[in-house]
Amino acid sequence: MSIDYDNKISKCVQAVPPSAIRKFFDMASEMKGVISLSIGEPDFVTPWNIREAGINSLIDGYTHYSPNAGYSDSKKAITSYISRRYGVDYDPNGEVLITVGGSEGIDLAARALIDPGDEVIIVEPCFVAYKAAVMFAHGVPVVVETRQEDDFKLKAEDLEAKITPKTKMIILGFPSNPTGAVMTMEDLAPIKELLLKYPDIIVVSDELYCELNYITDTPSSLVKFEELRDRVIMINGFSKSYAMTGFRIGYAVGPQELIAPMTKIHQYCIMCAPSMAQVALVTAAYESDDEVREMRDEYNRRRRVILKGLQDAGLQCFTPYGAFYAFPSIKSLGISSEEFCEKFLMSKKVAIVPGNAFGQCGEGHVRISYAASMENIKTAMERIAEFTDELRKG
Amino acid sequence: MVDHIELLRLIEKNARLTPEEIAVMLDADAREVEDEIARLTEEKIILGYTTEINWEKTYPDHVTAMIEVRITPVRNQGFDHISNILSQYDKVTACYLMSGGFDLMLIYEDDNLKDIASFVYEKVATLEGVLSTATHFILRKYKANGIRFDEEKIDDRQAIVL
Repeated sequence: MSIDYDNKISKCVQAVPPSAIRKFFDMASEMKGVISLSIGEPDFVTPWNIREAGINSLIDGYTHYSPNAGYSDSKKAITSYISRRYGVDYDPNGEVLITVGGSEGIDLAARALIDPGDEVIIVEPCFVAYKAAVMFAHGVPVVVETRQEDDFKLKAEDLEAKITPKTKMIILGFPSNPTGAVMTMEDLAPIKELLLKYPDIIVVSDELYCELNYITDTPSSLVKFEELRDRVIMINGFSKSYAMTGFRIGYAVGPQELIAPMTKIHQYCIMCAPSMAQVALVTAAYESDDEVREMRDEYNRRRRVILKGLQDAGLQCFTPYGAFYAFPSIKSLGISSEEFCEKFLMSKKVAIVPGNAFGQCGEGHVRISYAASMENIKTAMERIAEFTDELRKG
Repeated sequence: MVDHIELLRLIEKNARLTPEEIAVMLDADAREVEDEIARLTEEKIILGYTTEINWEKTYPDHVTAMIEVRITPVRNQGFDHISNILSQYDKVTACYLMSGGFDLMLIYEDDNLKDIASFVYEKVATLEGVLSTATHFILRKYKANGIRFDEEKIDDRQAIVL
């Protein structure tokens, strides 16, 4: 008698659909000699001073569990960084939780806050984990779409249209993966005004790309509005800005009343974030501004080369000012995002990601990552021009 | 307006970038970039363009030596007189005034050890004002001018990361 696994696997987990682009994913993974502009992680190796701090932590014997929320020095390094870059002060004792990457923070926020049936508004196109985290927590994801004509910024009226008495939480991520959109403080002001009308709604703000912003000197964020301080959880980390993806280190900051229940789940499920990475983050937070600036400058140059390449290929693209993605429209070519990416991969050996992987409203777009060498970007841009030319000629 | 520091850093790493390419990267006009490079060249901020070559791979007899030179400074000219003479030799590829236990550091490149030896005892040691020399041979280059010689860049990231 074989086991009926479908009956065994939780309905909630089964309800989360597999990635929209699984077929494409398999194709790209198996092909050799591909130029990948499909990778959502920095191509840079972690700056040496941070790696060295990690190595030294092992030499010094940091091989044990840390306190659940993190080492005191590491939490202080985080609050000091936020104070310096955001101008907002958090108490390292109680208002910070060090997590295993930003993703854990999103999951914890969802699980700590959502009761079955609660609605959570998600701003799409977005990082794929938001919707899944809500569903794993038995919540109901409600999508608010952003549009190219608004530079993929969230509009207060669109958000308000989705608010119901069941709305528990909003999850938003700017600078955005996949669009590269940035919400400046001016853009966020109407969102703040709207939220003041709905004082019960909690905000989870994913700011993993906060340092990769090519338009303002300091990160913009809802946490900067004092009036919202008691209900915004900022999810942040070192993966993207500091090229530390493999360290698996992130954090959540917010009011103690919200961080405490997240810490409770973290304590039982994770125990603590890796000790070695917690030591390394201290060096990242205090001593790596120059390294981050150098990477940001290089991303910015690549961003301009990509935008010029897309323009030369006749593809319309709003100007992204953050993260390391461009999100051009391929609607003028009359094929779907997935078909575009598959054909491009097969004929030109360049991998990019169909926009629908990030939500239905991403259809008609493709995500191009510029976390790749300038040489590869230039070659890929030559090939995309050839490819679109061939498509147009039929 | 071209940020000349960023421009210099770019071409310091890759002198083969065209003004058009630089212009795209810096969000500037190609003409502006050309003008800025001309100005920097005129002001002798940009002094030349070279190529970093791993000679070991194609010409194993190539030898690089670092020669420490202690000298007596010449009145009114300090160390400039002797450094000027030593810099005349084509095979002296660098000449620096140093702090510490000696005065000048020469980088000397040649085809064989013998030639370097004769340069040191015939040309350097005999110069008036030179007190002593110490010659160090480079056994292997791991990194020069910011370029790693033995580095293999492997991109081991997953093919797609969402």
